[in-house]
Amino acid sequence: MTISRSTRRLLAAVTGLVLVVLYAPLALVVVNSFNTSQALTWPPSGFTTQWWQRAAVNPGAHDAILTSLTVAACATVMALVLGTLLGLAMQRYSFFGKDTVNLLVVLPIALPGIVTGIALSNAFSSILGVRLGFFTLVVAHATFCIVTVFNNVQARLRRMGGNLEEASADLGAGMWTTFRLVTLPQLRSALLAGGLLAFALSFDEIIVTTFAAGPGVTTLPVWILTNLFRPGQAPIVNVVAVVMIVVSVAPIWLAQRLSSDPTDTTRAIH
Amino acid sequence: MTLSSISSTLSRRPGIRLGLLLAAPLTWLVLVYVVALAALLVTAFWTIDSFTNELERTFTLDNIREITGEALYRTVTLRTLGVALLVTLIDCAIALPVGFYMAKIASRRSRHLLVIAFLMPLWASYLVKALAWRSLLSHGGLLDWAGGLVGLGSPGFGFTAIVLTQAYIWLPYVILPVYAAYERVPDSLLDAAGDLGARPALTFRTVVLPLVVPGLVAGSIFSFSLTMGDYITVNIVGGANQMLGNLVYINSGSNLPLAAAIALIPIVVIMIYLALVRRTGALENL
Repeated sequence: MTISRSTRRLLAAVTGLVLVVLYAPLALVVVNSFNTSQALTWPPSGFTTQWWQRAAVNPGAHDAILTSLTVAACATVMALVLGTLLGLAMQRYSFFGKDTVNLLVVLPIALPGIVTGIALSNAFSSILGVRLGFFTLVVAHATFCIVTVFNNVQARLRRMGGNLEEASADLGAGMWTTFRLVTLPQLRSALLAGGLLAFALSFDEIIVTTFAAGPGVTTLPVWILTNLFRPGQAPIVNVVAVVMIVVSVAPIWLAQRLSSDPTDTTRAIH
Repeated sequence: MTLSSISSTLSRRPGIRLGLLLAAPLTWLVLVYVVALAALLVTAFWTIDSFTNELERTFTLDNIREITGEALYRTVTLRTLGVALLVTLIDCAIALPVGFYMAKIASRRSRHLLVIAFLMPLWASYLVKALAWRSLLSHGGLLDWAGGLVGLGSPGFGFTAIVLTQAYIWLPYVILPVYAAYERVPDSLLDAAGDLGARPALTFRTVVLPLVVPGLVAGSIFSFSLTMGDYITVNIVGGANQMLGNLVYINSGSNLPLAAAIALIPIVVIMIYLALVRRTGALENL
């Protein structure tokens, strides 16, 4: 099929326009964080770094960042362990109900957050009788983070094949030795990529968080949501939003560089 | 038993190995998630005592009767469904040409860069994106200013704002699977259609499009399902509008059984949607 030059140009222009629309709102948040005016009006009235300075000494924002980092780190560790085990089982064995297990891993992220959120908070508070707090939040986040590690590990195992592991076993290495010396080193960058994605996913999450965190735990997105409509806080919320963009996009950029096939990373959301 | 004898037993018994690998993650997913979803379903058929606010664990259809009978729930369900369908349509309409350009026209090098360019905003925080659209749409904001140049204004906060913001948030989720689907269409098929005399428009409609539909549907599952459950965007740019998510959230504190029953509406709608698209083979593309 030969596509005429004007069609090509048109499609290129549409793609370019969509990219502009995709990035402009994010750029606007960055610009607003340096805007002297507190109203969200355009064009900006002047340049200032005072919101950044005030955000830098805002104790609420500090605590929230710390909470978010801790929650994301704990959820990532759990997701790494569970996702790797699951990836090994699904890629190296075939068994009855495999499709169901596949669906089960994806479900926490494919169902709307509100369903996952209310289901978990209901199970924690009215069935198990656990008080909502830091622990329940980590459990909830780990549940929907498993899929990112799982996808990366599975994709890597598929590409690795089983030859090296079989060779290692033939040469007399036990299972643990083979895993430690053969499988794990090959998985390392996939684990790093999956872990980074899990971290970014947990760091950003707001809907499940509002249900599973309980009143005492304020993550960064929760802090933004509670301060959003408070008078005079809008500029500082903007600064925190810029921090969130950077903290969540940087790991993706890294993960992207670590996985040779970019569609692996896109699959992580699926 | 020594470590090495455990190891040799395990290497002779793949079943036990598989069991050990699956035990922890499956226990986690079933205990935490499946049980929670089942419990949600059960809770929807419970009620609360109107005097003490205590949960009454007796089976009743009151909540279901309330959500199917009252006009409020019907209006909000239709509005939510409308937003989800519009968002999905807009995203599909954008993803079809953009995905085609990325997979079939752009050079190999710029293709990789384009994938990354569409991937990065996908991971930027959902909340921050809604926030960005709040300032974009606000009175005297960027959209008002840009619209003023051509004699238009910002639509302000409301139904249109919800649709625009949601379409923005989920766009990369639709573009990437559509791109991946285009990528899998062999160029030789396009050449064959061209050699046999088909014009590009005919080739696209009869050869390319049927092969891309599974990817399109896979992407639409995300835009549809995630919009159905949203309540944060609505609060930030929706003005006084409510979606199903808001009703679930508002009731979750005071009347959990009712909230659970309302949460069943998006679940049922999504199940119907999945059943409808199942035949396209899109579920294997997720």
